[in-house]
Amino acid sequence: MSRAETARGGRDVNAALHRLHVDAAGAARLGSDRPHRSRRVLVPKLYFEDFAVGFVAEYGPRRVTREEIIAFAAQFDPQPMHMDEEAAKHTMLGGLGASGWHTCCLLMRMIVDGFLVDVASMGAPGIEEVKWLRPVRPGDSLTARGTVQSVRASRSKPDRGFVTLHWDVFNDRGERVMTLLCPQMLLRRTPGASA
Amino acid sequence: MKYFDDINVGDRMALGNHTFTAEEIKAFATLYDPQPFHTDEAAAAASHFGALCASGWHTVAMWMRLRILCGQREDAERVARGEPNATLGPSPGFRDLKWQKPVYVGDTISYASEVIEARISQSRPGWGLIHVRNTGTNQNGEPVLSFISTAFVERRGR
Repeated sequence: MSRAETARGGRDVNAALHRLHVDAAGAARLGSDRPHRSRRVLVPKLYFEDFAVGFVAEYGPRRVTREEIIAFAAQFDPQPMHMDEEAAKHTMLGGLGASGWHTCCLLMRMIVDGFLVDVASMGAPGIEEVKWLRPVRPGDSLTARGTVQSVRASRSKPDRGFVTLHWDVFNDRGERVMTLLCPQMLLRRTPGASA
Repeated sequence: MKYFDDINVGDRMALGNHTFTAEEIKAFATLYDPQPFHTDEAAAAASHFGALCASGWHTVAMWMRLRILCGQREDAERVARGEPNATLGPSPGFRDLKWQKPVYVGDTISYASEVIEARISQSRPGWGLIHVRNTGTNQNGEPVLSFISTAFVERRGR
């Protein structure tokens, strides 16, 4: 059953998060460039107040092909370890592996499709830390698990707060390939109320 | 790539610049970050950004491209001088990435890097690890991007 059920908080929130999770899995099965605006009306928006430390949700899977690894690298990270199978064997990666920036982008897409579509997001001011732990190989299916690490209301702007998410990205062998720590800025349902 | 032995804290590199077009902003965002303010001019105008702007991942991926192209130019110059090139290894990650200002259609971003720490890798003694502060600045001199990256660089005589 869904990891969203491990979320702390009220029943309504759990139900919404569960639906969010199911919806994300559905989107992943459809695979694709399904426009997310069409789904916006289907799912209730989640606001800053709806998140509590320890909430966990999973998104994906997203399969990565050899062709897209090479295409991304050709455009943004043209190094042999990301573009040429033979040359990559002689690098620290020991074979063709995706650019770490590509893995970040694939995680971003899973986050947009599964998570941001349902929350009152104002974007992210940055990324605290990314660790590239293992190469992402052609044919890998990636899943993303987000865990709420901290929540805090903005001191300067009463209409918003920060929800810091720790993201783990796993391949289909259960190996963690990347972690990413991101403070997400969310609107508050009730601006200015005490946190 | 320079050998790790020849890299010093304080070394700076101007990596070049890039002007972001609406077409590439939308193409990138359609694949990796399909939020309306990155894919649709009208929706972006109604958003808190006020106009179409690039995904933060797009602006940072462009840093990577310019970093690699700049390195390739320098490698070619060393080859022309008859000097050897070191191998740039993979990166274990980055930290403190800040998207300080939106990058809008037509903005020209200049990228630069400065070495802030260099030490020999504990786990791979043939390699050094360099920590580099990377920045992007728009045509008005405003910082739009900053982060600290880490990469393995080959030591001489590995």
